[in-house]
Amino acid sequence: MTATAFLQYCLAGISIGGIYALIAIGYTMVYGILRLINFAHGDIFMMAAYFMIFAMVDFALPWYVSIIIVLAATVILGVVIERVAYKPLRTAPRMSIMISAIGVSYLLQNLATYLFSALPKGYPKIEFLTKSITLGSISTSVVTFITPILTLVFVFLLLQLINHTKIGMAMRAVSKDFETSQLMGIKINRVISFTFVIGCFLAATGSILYFTPRPSVYPLVGSLPGLKCFIAAVFGGIGSIPGAMLGGFVIGLSETFIKAAGYSEFSDVFTFILLIVVLLFKPTGLFGEKITEKV
Amino acid sequence: MTEQKKHKLSILLSIFGVVVLAAALFGVYATTSSSDMLRTVLQLGAIYALVAVSMNLLNGFTGLFSLGQAGFMALGAYVFAIFTIPTAQRPGVYYLYGVADWLANIELPIIPALILAGLICALMAAIIGAPVLRLKSDYFAIATLGFAEIVRIVVGSSPMNRITNGSLGLKLIPKFPSFFFPFIVVGICIFIVWLLINSSYGRAFKAIREDEIAAEAMGINLAKHKQMSFIISSFFGGIGGALMAMYMGAITSTTFNVTLTYNILLIVVIGGMGSLTGSILSSFIVIAAREWWLRFLDQPLWIAGVQIPLFKTGFRMVVFSIILMIVVLFFRKGIMGTKEFNWNFILKRLDQKEKAPVGGEGNE
Repeated sequence: MTATAFLQYCLAGISIGGIYALIAIGYTMVYGILRLINFAHGDIFMMAAYFMIFAMVDFALPWYVSIIIVLAATVILGVVIERVAYKPLRTAPRMSIMISAIGVSYLLQNLATYLFSALPKGYPKIEFLTKSITLGSISTSVVTFITPILTLVFVFLLLQLINHTKIGMAMRAVSKDFETSQLMGIKINRVISFTFVIGCFLAATGSILYFTPRPSVYPLVGSLPGLKCFIAAVFGGIGSIPGAMLGGFVIGLSETFIKAAGYSEFSDVFTFILLIVVLLFKPTGLFGEKITEKV
Repeated sequence: MTEQKKHKLSILLSIFGVVVLAAALFGVYATTSSSDMLRTVLQLGAIYALVAVSMNLLNGFTGLFSLGQAGFMALGAYVFAIFTIPTAQRPGVYYLYGVADWLANIELPIIPALILAGLICALMAAIIGAPVLRLKSDYFAIATLGFAEIVRIVVGSSPMNRITNGSLGLKLIPKFPSFFFPFIVVGICIFIVWLLINSSYGRAFKAIREDEIAAEAMGINLAKHKQMSFIISSFFGGIGGALMAMYMGAITSTTFNVTLTYNILLIVVIGGMGSLTGSILSSFIVIAAREWWLRFLDQPLWIAGVQIPLFKTGFRMVVFSIILMIVVLFFRKGIMGTKEFNWNFILKRLDQKEKAPVGGEGNE
């Protein structure tokens, strides 16, 4: 492998890793607060892609308006899902709420098949993002280049929000102890909705960045990236935002290099093996907090 | 009526019930043609019943939330298919890559192949169970889901071409030898699970589900019982997968994706986590609804010359998933909760009749 090729793969890996990181943050934040694996998150990511097709192809809106519409629609979808499918189960056993999440994922996939048909649909081209640029010896598209930068910016902003604002403090309190924070006067439902707003906003951003260089969208497209991003979140320690980011980059990079080595069939196998290995040796992930078991 | 008499009577009633069901099945066989929807639904329902029961054993009775069912089904289906496709037709099936040399002349009859499929799944469960079962609830779920995906990808990958035919999948898998075959196999398997649930092992499983720490304090060996539940569940999952392969006649690795696990999980939830009869009942209802009763939703509907816009391909699955969500949200216990079907409602009535003063008898 030449140095140029190596750099090329590195950039591609970091770029896809950045997208995984954006989605993984959604998983990790929801898990941190609700202790729920939001199985529907990958499908929200898929729905965001269809919203884009709707806005740009069916309504022929310019890209900057479309992006705003996609972000808004995805956030609304996420908050509605939380209100309808998760909120009634606040006091239910954890298994029930997880089953509800699986049900939502199933519903979204079937809904997408019904509304947009199971056939792949072309994703609109955003001229300014698909332009190719050359950096030294490597040539790439704008989107590949700005993805990791955008990811870092979002993670930085999110950390500022969580560590230095009132709602961020409320979020930290809720993730530490659900019931006590309720007793302290924190409006739990608002905090949870806000978590979903952030998660879905990032998923929508990730969706735009993910699909722009890819040709098509189909209803099951979200399930595998969804799983991978969850693994990224577990790898970094679920509940930790820098952890999710790191996990996303690690999975993106290793996937790209496995594909480059000619084992593209097994890139997903590697991700799942990574998951099982991490769970066995460090179940709380790299930056996760240790949980003690109480009777 | 004494307890003993009640017990005897309920066994008699159960035998009677099985006979009635068998007669009904025979009636269906005698009165319908081989392509009838009712036959399809009953066969597929029976297969799903077995898989749902095996999942329920793990998720509902032992409280281990596993999402690996599709992986074990894939393993079972492939093991079964590899050993039962007639040797004469193998060159045709493996037309692109050729069949592996050691495999070319091995052909097993159906029953031993079914058992082999189950055993290999059980072995796999034993291997991955030891590490994976140490994980807590949702981590266990995601690890088993990961395992299922690994199985699916490996089975369909190119290094396995000469064994599993890679991404092309396998076809010409022997069909059911008779209409009754799946019902007999499923019946026997579920009966074994029922015996297990009502044994001391079954009670230990339920104790683990209710409270792991308390169960351990009562002297239940957690690791051993979890492992056992996992292995047995996988064994029957494998047999279910093999039956599925027989039913379909052709399989590819994409048949056994995550959606299949979700389908089975939702059947278990609708039937009631922790109820065998609930799982069986809901399998038939869900399959009949999905494959048969709700079919009309996919057809364009015309009322008085106006086409109702909602009805088109895919609407059936949307309605179906909304029904599922309603069950999950508002009827969390499902059809049966953790109760089992029993004959008490008849026995009670008999009891009352006996107790009611019977004119004349005591007065003379």
